[in-house]
Amino acid sequence: MAKRHPVSDIFGTYLPILVIVLFAIGPYIWTFASSITPEAELYRPDFRFFPEHPTSENYLRLFTKLNFTRNIFDSLIVALFTALLGLAITVPASYSFSRFKFKGRNPMLMQFLVINMFPIMLLIVPLFVMMKQIGIMDKHIALIAAYSTFTIPFSTWMLTSFFNAIPLDLDKAALIDGCSRIQAMYRVILPVAMPGIMSTGIYIFITAWNEYLYAAILTSSNVRTIPIALQNMIGEFSIEWGLLTAGGVLSALPVIILFFFIQKQLITGMTAGAVKG
Amino acid sequence: MGHQPLQKKTDLLPYALITPALAITVAIIFLPMFRTITYSFSRYILYKPQEKGLIGLDNYVTAFSDPLFWSSLSNTFVWIISIIVFQFLLGLVTALLLNRNFIGRGIARSLILIPWVTPSVITALMWRWMYDGNYGLINQILSKAGIIREFIPFLAQSSTAMGSIIVALIWQGFPFFAIMLLAGLQAIPEELYEAAEIDGATKGQCFFRITVPMLKPVILTTILLRTIWVANSLDVILIMTGGGPGYSTHTLPVYSYVKAYKGMDFGYSSTLAVLLTILLMIIVTGYVRSILKSQEA
Repeated sequence: MAKRHPVSDIFGTYLPILVIVLFAIGPYIWTFASSITPEAELYRPDFRFFPEHPTSENYLRLFTKLNFTRNIFDSLIVALFTALLGLAITVPASYSFSRFKFKGRNPMLMQFLVINMFPIMLLIVPLFVMMKQIGIMDKHIALIAAYSTFTIPFSTWMLTSFFNAIPLDLDKAALIDGCSRIQAMYRVILPVAMPGIMSTGIYIFITAWNEYLYAAILTSSNVRTIPIALQNMIGEFSIEWGLLTAGGVLSALPVIILFFFIQKQLITGMTAGAVKG
Repeated sequence: MGHQPLQKKTDLLPYALITPALAITVAIIFLPMFRTITYSFSRYILYKPQEKGLIGLDNYVTAFSDPLFWSSLSNTFVWIISIIVFQFLLGLVTALLLNRNFIGRGIARSLILIPWVTPSVITALMWRWMYDGNYGLINQILSKAGIIREFIPFLAQSSTAMGSIIVALIWQGFPFFAIMLLAGLQAIPEELYEAAEIDGATKGQCFFRITVPMLKPVILTTILLRTIWVANSLDVILIMTGGGPGYSTHTLPVYSYVKAYKGMDFGYSSTLAVLLTILLMIIVTGYVRSILKSQEA
């Protein structure tokens, strides 16, 4: 690229980037500012962006008054087991799609892409009825099963693309060295694919942690994940924005941190197909 | 990919490996889907169990003469088109900027991705608070800047509710476009630009003759993925307005949800869900076909 003038750098690059970054994180800054503002100070006619007397009372009240620990625990269980179940099922499947040619391979791989676009409304009502029938409503397993409807198709595609990036010669070398095909898979290929598998698992964790709609329908008082707990704060009291923003910050933070670790891997996996065209 | 098969002709291992995934998919996706299709031809209202039974096309006939169905349908189009267009434009500008060399580029890229991982509930709550008609940030800023005199109840009046939610969705999704397009930009060989420069091409020519055509596959795929996602997304709407005020923010998935959850009418809700799916299938196949056609030409 040709060298640009420093002034045009400022107006052509830094200024617009700054505006976009502010648009992206502005809502968070405001949310955080609200969360450390005393409830009374939030509703004053004279507007301040940052509070005069910063406080942690909203965060404390989440745990003392609202049982937020319990919500974190529920979210953790559901997200963790959704990720583990998803990987346990899709790692072998993706390995098979990537390594073997067999009758029906392409249509089966295609169906995972097609079901990815089914609207949630196509599944949620019958899942509700089915789970009521087998008696798992309002239990962790209900959400883990429901979340698998979107994590399994997604994960199959991601992992297949990660496995495709690993040369087939590696499998062949393992076979020549006397491994069985199953051994070649878990001794040689899985360790090489581990970064991709981990980031897919973390991505599943994040989507399960974030999910709201299934949780709203399939759980009530026994299991209450963070998104539901936050949504309930709107109904139970008149909206206490200090409390709500504190809960928002606490639930978004782990996800953002996790995401920073996997963004590179994830983007590689997702763009692999698209960039090649 | 030119993969040589690692196996003999009659080999069960590949099937054994995919069986768990297929079995679960059948149990939690295909089985429910067929049930929904059955419900869509049934009268099935939760609190009237004695009336449950097949009624043929009645629900579909009802839908086509239901003004709320048509307004939800047109809202769905407004929803999809405006969100995709603005997410794409903002994402493209962001990608082009991030493709330059500047100090702090890595940090800027990471920060810009944050909205994309934000839980929908948090997106909805943050924006709802910012739009608040009494103390919200946006009203405060607009009135300080002298743009408005009286605070606007953005989400409480039907003229502004839809637009306000659309802005929140643009915020949540533009980083996905930015990051996909950035990956596409980085895959364009630098030599193309160098060669064009030697031939005396202007910047504008470089953009429209090299960048756009080379980005085309990424653009087309990303738009497809996003369209499906945006068409189906309803949680932000539900939390911000619940479909109101009136029916002004009812899209098809919202209408279907409200029918099931508030109206307990599983039959009609399923009909709306099936119609939404058919609509989506038509859009997707039409889109893919027109791409294939343009590639042949």
